[in-house]
Amino acid sequence: MFIRLSAAIAAVSLLSGAALAQGAKPTDPQIAHIAYTAGLIDIAAAKQALAKASNKDVKTFAQDMLRDHEAVNKQALDLVKKLNVTPEDNDTSKTLSKNAVNKLAELAKLNGAAFDKAYIANEVAYHKAVDSALETTLIPSANNAELKSLLQTGLKIFQGHEQHAEHVAAELK
Amino acid sequence: MKPGRIFPIIAALMLGVSVSAQAATIQISMENLEIMPAQVSAKVGDTIEWINKDVLAHTATARNGDFDVMLPPKKTGTLVVTKAGTFEYYCRFHPNMKASLTVSP
Repeated sequence: MFIRLSAAIAAVSLLSGAALAQGAKPTDPQIAHIAYTAGLIDIAAAKQALAKASNKDVKTFAQDMLRDHEAVNKQALDLVKKLNVTPEDNDTSKTLSKNAVNKLAELAKLNGAAFDKAYIANEVAYHKAVDSALETTLIPSANNAELKSLLQTGLKIFQGHEQHAEHVAAELK
Repeated sequence: MKPGRIFPIIAALMLGVSVSAQAATIQISMENLEIMPAQVSAKVGDTIEWINKDVLAHTATARNGDFDVMLPPKKTGTLVVTKAGTFEYYCRFHPNMKASLTVSP
């Protein structure tokens, strides 16, 4: 429990803290980059889970994550192209990616039920962190109405993922 | 054939035609992860048409296993209802999306 909680806190502070610590609101090109990066991270996690997970519900969940995050990221790419915005790398995206690489390596060492539990626990924490960052930072900071609306749709989808992950986590106990 | 006999036949034919013409198509939209309207009434023989307006894939899946309609992003799926009853259904990919379909004979 402690590990999971600290992971969630770390993830939350990474997402909201890094960008906010500088006292500057992220710009639209930065927001687009953060949102897209956050999607890629969950896609990578889902692919790892599809290869390693043993529980049927965990595999189904990973498939759902892959399908939805790929769809949302495609939508995000289409939007930045349409708006002629070039996503801009930034500290939040960098920290997110670095953290995700470490998490993938950590999960790679686990197998069977231990992997399933750790993957789902991280999915709960990760979606919580992303949802909170969307709600408190990314959506309020977005200037472009279409970007804001895509982020709002994303939030709704990811809140569903969070509940779905919590449900699967409870079933695994 | 006497005219008196022909009439019921014509009436039956007309009735037959009018019965099938009454079979309706009922549209239900899936947008922003919501099924609208969430409660729909239909009659046996009607067609239910789910319109997925999202960029996400959805399904219309009966809890009792009676139907499972795949709805790819921005696509429409249909089902002709053949059985009376109340069918609770949801999206397998987004279990928060729930609705019910009541079919009368």
